[in-house]
Amino acid sequence: MTQMNMLQAINNALDTAMAADERVLCFGEDVGIFGGVFRATSNLQQKYGKARCFNTPLVEQGIIGFANGLAAQGSVPVAEIQFADYIFPAFDQIVNESAKFRYRSGNLFNVGGLTIRAPYGGGIAGGLYHSQSPEAYFAHTPGLKIVVPRNPHQAKGLLLAAIHDQNPTLFFEPKRLYRASVGDVPDEDYRLPLGEAEVLKEGTDVTVLGWGAQMEVIEHAVEMAEKEGISCEVIDLRTILPWDVETVANSVFKTGRLVVTHEAPLTGGFAGEIAATIQERCFLYLESPIARVTGMDTPFPLVLEKEHLPNHLKVYEAIRSSVEF
Amino acid sequence: MTTTKAKVVYSPVFTDGAEFRIPTFKLLKQDGSLYKGAKAPDLDKEKALRIYRAMVTTRILDERMLAAQRQGRLSFYMQCTGEEAAVIGSTAALDDGDMIMAQYREQGSLVYRGFTIDEFMNQLFGNELDYGKGRQMPVHYGSAKLNYMTISSPLATQIPQATGYAYGQKMSGEGHCTITYFGEGAASEGDFHAALNMAAVHRVPVIFLCRNNGYAISTPAAEQFAADGVAPRAYGYKMDVIRVDGNDILAMHEATKAARSLAVEHNRPVLIEAMSYRLAAHSSSDDPSGYRSKDEEAVWREKDPILRMRLWLERKKWWTEDDEKKLQENMRREVLETMKRAQKRPPPALDTLVSDVYDEVPPGLAEQFDRLKAHIRRHPDAYPKSAEHAKGGA
Repeated sequence: MTQMNMLQAINNALDTAMAADERVLCFGEDVGIFGGVFRATSNLQQKYGKARCFNTPLVEQGIIGFANGLAAQGSVPVAEIQFADYIFPAFDQIVNESAKFRYRSGNLFNVGGLTIRAPYGGGIAGGLYHSQSPEAYFAHTPGLKIVVPRNPHQAKGLLLAAIHDQNPTLFFEPKRLYRASVGDVPDEDYRLPLGEAEVLKEGTDVTVLGWGAQMEVIEHAVEMAEKEGISCEVIDLRTILPWDVETVANSVFKTGRLVVTHEAPLTGGFAGEIAATIQERCFLYLESPIARVTGMDTPFPLVLEKEHLPNHLKVYEAIRSSVEF
Repeated sequence: MTTTKAKVVYSPVFTDGAEFRIPTFKLLKQDGSLYKGAKAPDLDKEKALRIYRAMVTTRILDERMLAAQRQGRLSFYMQCTGEEAAVIGSTAALDDGDMIMAQYREQGSLVYRGFTIDEFMNQLFGNELDYGKGRQMPVHYGSAKLNYMTISSPLATQIPQATGYAYGQKMSGEGHCTITYFGEGAASEGDFHAALNMAAVHRVPVIFLCRNNGYAISTPAAEQFAADGVAPRAYGYKMDVIRVDGNDILAMHEATKAARSLAVEHNRPVLIEAMSYRLAAHSSSDDPSGYRSKDEEAVWREKDPILRMRLWLERKKWWTEDDEKKLQENMRREVLETMKRAQKRPPPALDTLVSDVYDEVPPGLAEQFDRLKAHIRRHPDAYPKSAEHAKGGA
């Protein structure tokens, strides 16, 4: 067990995977000797050589196209997109190629070995193009898995699971948390389950659901609510696609209330999908409307970032409204 | 910082690359004789006949299947007509273990490698034996055993994938390369640029084969790019490039063989521009009379690559009128018989709707599938293809 921040945990996961299997390759913009702009791939080129950890030209569609080909060949590529905001030139390769490779070939070929890592999310004064949370765009694409960790321990275990999973996986890293705190991380190879949400805290009055950096926001909001005697059940969804309906529904059967929060804009956000599914499953158990606490329907702002983001105060208010409905 | 050894000038001097004129490599004249000074290619009788049979088979398959589409037996078809030498000549120069990542007009590669007429028909009719489980439109073939990547409709996406695939081949050290085919229209996509640049930077054993067939659906090459074809772009990537008469089977074979050796032995990616002409329509849904003249087509019909090879074979006494007649008759019969067989086969089972999305069907999708089956059981007459399959289960 070692104390690590999230970046160190991610670096350690990549190191672990590369040491165990020489087919694992890490590449992307500035990923080589420099170790990535956030240093997630630090020392990997020094350790495993330029053939296995390298810089690519600055072309996201090329990075993912290249990664798709490598994965189809049997390699295990871990491609980095420098910021999730810049993943869109690769949208075609991800949505039309990675996601459909197995299906369209009748399983003659697949890119199951592919993992795409991308820092995402706001709270670092990154403005429009260093802050976005694009998970919902990809959640609309059958064939992909989408995973978001909330802390260093989760980051290592989920990333190793993503690398070894037999499906193309998008791994969105909440960059606000990269160096925000440290936690105990096992030194060995361990894998946390994909497609399974985790109940972090049991409660009886309301279920509060999120993922990634929102889990810290939720923790803060729940502390405030509990001081007022509201018992909150807290769930980290962890995998956005395919998502764990069972765990969320079972919680809502018990609490009768659900608050979902994410940084991405409200309209078309993944909270909408969750709300629709849960009202269908739990209609007769619901005591109040399912609440969504999200970013606003604007491009991501800069100076007024705090106003835009769904912070603990907004989540707290939503918890109270839900309980007092 | 990029260093260059270019000389320095002290007034603004623009260059337009006009000093680089890329020649066209040819060996075989239309009458089947070699050009004066052309070196006879290293191609034995057995291989030459394998190539020729594949070209004729491709032509017949295309003719019959377009006719079948016109008769309403098939929803869609795309012909390789006119480009058989560009496709088959290049594929034949590779090792059969090399990977092919094609666009959609390269059925000739599959014929050459031994994809059977049955296998073609099963895909075209999307029946229960189709490897792709009836999920893709006709001509989206794939074969793992023949190292032919399943076709994907989006243009040019296979080009950077070929760079990645070939990088993996280089890492595995097995001495194989990847060839990727695409049209001159697809070469306008960003994926083309990404692929060639990455291949050059990382020294990847990949051959980029551009079939410059004059048209992207209706858009002529002159409205696709201002440059002298696609070949000059290779200079910008510092990549070896060759332009070849795409209707010249011997030149296509020879050029690709040399390209393969650069790729596999020296890790040098190569761009080949095969100059040809799409004699057929873009697809069965297209009508070229709206954008080009019969006269223009006639000029290219005179340059038929199959006839050119046949005349060469006849000069070498490797092929006779009788051989030709037998091959034509046998292939036509086989295509027709196989088509009838394939058309009668049942469609893929209902569960192929949800399999292969992931390695395992996730719970949410399994629930959707159960609901669908229950729905079909309530309305069996509305779903004749799957009513039988819906009987079991939840």
